[in-house]
Amino acid sequence: MSTAVLPYTVKPHPMTGLYSGKFGTWLFLASEVMLFGALFSSYVLLRVGAPATGPTAWPSHEETHLSWKIGGFNTLVLIVSSVTMVMAWASLKMGDFAKGRGYLIATFLLATTFLVVKLVFEYVPKFTHQPHPYLPSTNNFFALYYTMTGLHGLHVVGGMIVIGYFIGPGAALWKRDPEYFTNRIECTGLYWHFVDLVWIFLFPVLYLM
Amino acid sequence: MAQNADSCSFFGLPQEPEMSDSHDISKHVKSYVAVFIALAVFTVVTVVAAYGVHVSKPAHIGIALVIAAIKASLVAAIFMHLKWERSASIWWVLMICAIFFLALISIPVLSQQDAPPGVHYGTWGP
Repeated sequence: MSTAVLPYTVKPHPMTGLYSGKFGTWLFLASEVMLFGALFSSYVLLRVGAPATGPTAWPSHEETHLSWKIGGFNTLVLIVSSVTMVMAWASLKMGDFAKGRGYLIATFLLATTFLVVKLVFEYVPKFTHQPHPYLPSTNNFFALYYTMTGLHGLHVVGGMIVIGYFIGPGAALWKRDPEYFTNRIECTGLYWHFVDLVWIFLFPVLYLM
Repeated sequence: MAQNADSCSFFGLPQEPEMSDSHDISKHVKSYVAVFIALAVFTVVTVVAAYGVHVSKPAHIGIALVIAAIKASLVAAIFMHLKWERSASIWWVLMICAIFFLALISIPVLSQQDAPPGVHYGTWGP
């Protein structure tokens, strides 16, 4: 079995001036912008196209049953998780693996908090609401709400899997090639900050408007 | 062999002149904390603009989106290190992405021009 070695994991690629993981991550984020952009675009279209009155009118704040307190709390949770994520990378850059790993664990725990709050205080009460639950099929607003926050939540889960990998089995790379490991954490951080960015737009659009 | 005292050499690797972070990362930590405080403040301002003060709906939407754009710029510039990024490739990627994103967001706006005669598109919700 040959151990294939990825090129330009640390040394910059002569064409891009970057290590390839970073360039690839930014390309991926650009595609993600289009993905969430399509959903935001759909939101604009559906909301502007909704009649002003009647059963298919866009729900008011109260009718959306969204709590700005819960949403605001989750916003702050994600912002703090972005800080811990960048601090993880900075610590590793300065050679401190213990601190870096600690910050990664903090990021993971904050992400878990975000998901628990979303599921327990938002999704489940809506699904189990009496007399009639609030489902994606209820109206256009809820269809968009669940789609956008659900897709975002899946992105949070994906990020948690990657961060969990680097806390656990992936940490062995630090001993073999600390700069490569640091670079992989930087790319993870770029993805994580993008997840935070999407929520920075989701929160006002869904909860406050 | 001459070893620079730069932060790059603490891994024992030769100096990489193209590395975008040959400056001291520890100086950035202050900016991370500052950005966090700014983001928290902006979040509070956004909520207050929604529930605390009474502005017209279009004004409120404008304020919220502008604040969100400022927050996004802070995250992108400081947390995602774009402020210190010297690679032209990333700027190309972002510029092309921005152009396509604007086109994407324009689609609902432009489609309003296509309303058949007699069809009235609704207004913003209550």
